[in-house]
Amino acid sequence: MSSGSTMTYGPQQSFVPVSIDLHSLVRRSVASLYSHLVTRPTGRALRLGIESQIVELGDRCLSVLDFRQVVILDYSCADEAVAKLVLRYMGDDRPADAYFLARGVSDHHLDPIEAVLARHNLALVAEVDDLGFTLLGEVSPMERYAWLALQEAGIASADDVAKRLRADIEETSAALASLARRRTVIRHADTPHYCALPVLLQASA
Amino acid sequence: MNVIPLPASLDERSFEQVARAAESARDAGERMLFDATHVRWVDPYGMVGMLCIGSHSRGSGEPPLLKLPDNPDVVSYLTRMHFFPHAERIFELSGAPQRRPGHEAGSDVLLEVTPINSHQDVHAVVDLVNERGIAILTKQLHYPLREAFQFSVILSEVCQNIIEHAEAPGWVATQTYTWTRKLGGKRVVVIAVMDLGIGFRKSLASTHATRYPEGGWTDAAALESAFMHGQTRHHDPGRGQGLQQIRKLVARWGGRVSVRSGTARIADVPAWDETGRTLETGLPFLPGAQIGIILPARDTEV
Repeated sequence: MSSGSTMTYGPQQSFVPVSIDLHSLVRRSVASLYSHLVTRPTGRALRLGIESQIVELGDRCLSVLDFRQVVILDYSCADEAVAKLVLRYMGDDRPADAYFLARGVSDHHLDPIEAVLARHNLALVAEVDDLGFTLLGEVSPMERYAWLALQEAGIASADDVAKRLRADIEETSAALASLARRRTVIRHADTPHYCALPVLLQASA
Repeated sequence: MNVIPLPASLDERSFEQVARAAESARDAGERMLFDATHVRWVDPYGMVGMLCIGSHSRGSGEPPLLKLPDNPDVVSYLTRMHFFPHAERIFELSGAPQRRPGHEAGSDVLLEVTPINSHQDVHAVVDLVNERGIAILTKQLHYPLREAFQFSVILSEVCQNIIEHAEAPGWVATQTYTWTRKLGGKRVVVIAVMDLGIGFRKSLASTHATRYPEGGWTDAAALESAFMHGQTRHHDPGRGQGLQQIRKLVARWGGRVSVRSGTARIADVPAWDETGRTLETGLPFLPGAQIGIILPARDTEV
């Protein structure tokens, strides 16, 4: 895991970027023997490791789940390490204001990640090989359009996104609010702006 | 002594014949002799199945006897599959098996009979299959690399099923063959995962049995709940995905998957399987669960 310097977007809004290499983390927190992410206990250990690192980083952070070194990912491990992690930070009682972005997602990771997100009605921003940044999991068509428009804009208000989509402002606002609640975009606390997660990632690179 | 002659081919189809004979012998209360003299072919389902039937037949009495095949090739194969170290704990073996411990370099064995007692065993199975299996699956069965990785996922999920639901240890074995009579002589990979645990009916009873009328909560009902509808004893919606995802992958690859528990068996049956039965009931009782998966080679042009 590595943490960068605090960065800002918009007035008074700061994020601590953090990159979590799942492969190295599992070697540290479970056992250095296992390079494959299989079984529930492995997934649970991963999730607890990530959660404790988020706690150490303070309130708001972007956690990057890096799958580049992961060869095998099974459904049970993905359920514990991905779905239950995202689920934990969606609730009002979340321990920190954490957002998640998956990187290095290959074709063979997609099935388990998509399946566990669907089971819990979750969504996750991911950088997928040959696809670039995309939204995985369960989202409505309007949420997907709004996410794509925001992704293109980087940072934009609901008004801007609605104009880009030539869509109804209320419908667009509702979609962006839902995406923010689901931790797939960040809503600025003091301005009407939303930020796409890859923008934060690129800013911290 | 009740002598049970084993069929020439010992696989999922002939398994019921052996289980039925063992049940009758158990009812008679006599010591059993499983006579494998004329066995000419055995697959992982037959091998692991014999460990299950033998364990169940042993009960608290004398261990059953197992007379080894007279064909040295079959004995040699059973040796390479590490059948005997497990069989020795269950049967009294008649005839000394060859002893060649360890996996030989260049051996065609995908995964020997391997006990599953913990999640660490699942990790070991995945590591082993990944180490040996990727080349077999991609070169002999023409699976794209992505699907070869998914094969390890299937094994992982199906083995975890034992730990999560059986509350007892089990075994897994897998091997590839060329089928001469079915599927136009294609190669197939056969997976068998079995345990002697509590079985699906008992595992799901506390959360599902009350929805059924009295007497309606049967092995078949429990299998339908788990296999068709992904239900488990856990309230967590993230649970119960394993079998569902296995079914999805196996169907995508044109394979067959069956789950037997208690006195019933449920299966996803592809067109090439002439048995055609999706649900069988009234089978001889066996504790735990017995899972069989057959995956045919992909067409080379895929």
